[in-house]
Amino acid sequence: MSFQQITSSLAGGFLENCRLFIETLLFSIPLGLIISFGSRSKFKPLSLLVKIFVWCIRGTPLMLQLFVVFYVPGLVFGIPMRNRMLAALVAFIINYSCYFSEIFRGGIESISNGQYEAGYVLGLTKTQIFFKVVLLQVIKRIVPPMANEIITLVKDTSLARVIAVSEILMSAERFAGKGLIWPLFYTGVFFLLFSGVLTLLFGYIEKKLDYFKS
Amino acid sequence: MTILQVNDIKKNFGKTEVLKGISFSLNKGEVISIIGSSGSGKTTLLRCINFLETPDKGKITVGDKVLFNSNDIKKLSDDQIRENRLHFGLVFQSFNLFPQYNVLENITLAPKLLKKGTNEEIENKAKELISQVGLEDKTNSYPCQLSGGQQQRVAIARALALNPDILCFDEPTSALDPELTGEVLRVIKGLKETGSTMIVVTHEMEFAKNVSDKIIFMADGVIEEMGTPEQIFENPQSEKTKHFLQNSLEKI
Repeated sequence: MSFQQITSSLAGGFLENCRLFIETLLFSIPLGLIISFGSRSKFKPLSLLVKIFVWCIRGTPLMLQLFVVFYVPGLVFGIPMRNRMLAALVAFIINYSCYFSEIFRGGIESISNGQYEAGYVLGLTKTQIFFKVVLLQVIKRIVPPMANEIITLVKDTSLARVIAVSEILMSAERFAGKGLIWPLFYTGVFFLLFSGVLTLLFGYIEKKLDYFKS
Repeated sequence: MTILQVNDIKKNFGKTEVLKGISFSLNKGEVISIIGSSGSGKTTLLRCINFLETPDKGKITVGDKVLFNSNDIKKLSDDQIRENRLHFGLVFQSFNLFPQYNVLENITLAPKLLKKGTNEEIENKAKELISQVGLEDKTNSYPCQLSGGQQQRVAIARALALNPDILCFDEPTSALDPELTGEVLRVIKGLKETGSTMIVVTHEMEFAKNVSDKIIFMADGVIEEMGTPEQIFENPQSEKTKHFLQNSLEKI
């Protein structure tokens, strides 16, 4: 096996990681926002329910959640989960929504009441205040913790291996099975490159938002 | 001509009675200063007038329109509250400018969102206000680049941009270094000359004396004494007023 063949085989696996990464982000950011509204709700039963849910998700390993999403439909409802990627996606979206929701909640709650009141006395609606006054300040504050979480997600995608999603580590293990160990270590380069690009991107966003202080 | 009529406003926070029945009226073009020690209810009164708090009892009338009456059974809707707020402008102790917008954008944001004219009209008006508060060279600066006094002048321009009937100030200079209070007070004084109707909660006794048509002295949630600056400062009737003025005018 040539270096090139191995590289392209691993790249094929990494494509699955990328897909998992992008689709998880796409769904868990809006879902996280909804969950953060839920946990801030003035309707106590709802906020309690949401808080318990977040506790369960943050309090158990992601790997366990992958197993639950993959096996429980078959074991309990008799509908076996055939699509491994879908199972991984569902588990990742739920898990990351909960983490994001806590970051969003912290960001929203860190905005001083004065900002809302300034909007109120200018006759703005709650929606206008949220989108035109508060949101950008929240974004500025949550960029560092979000960067942290999103970079963690890049690496977490390899956990999908445990339900046999053919991601990069599984591709590398195939070579290991044939006695070729180094491709396993080589996978690290893919993760490093990807997280490197993200680090640069978040650095850029932080700099873009540097023009104001809040 | 009476523009604001406040009748028997009461407000409790839990078991604490903060306002125990406040009544006063304000004529168009007049300036009222509200003085009194911390915890006397001055700020709560101002917040009730601006509908940031809902009074438990009482009536608020602007012109001939009743904005709030606790005897009405129906609660005010969010839209009604927003409409009521537009009769007033409020300048906060801590400025509360929007940090992500520059000076011009801070002033034009609300008029644009509320569609108070074409963008061009709104911007021209904002520029006039900026020069009225003496900040032409700061039009494109962000709040973090301004001093406290400059921020507060922007906040005043922002409140004026919506043409409120009554402009309210909640201790506008209390968060400022002593050398910056002058520039803000001068702007407020300038507004009086252009005929703005204002309510100023302040600890600046000299300023209150010079600018106000009427002084309200509050203590423990009631209006202890109300009158012209001469009456209150030269010839106070109540013991509490005398005591307060003695303490606040004391030269150390």
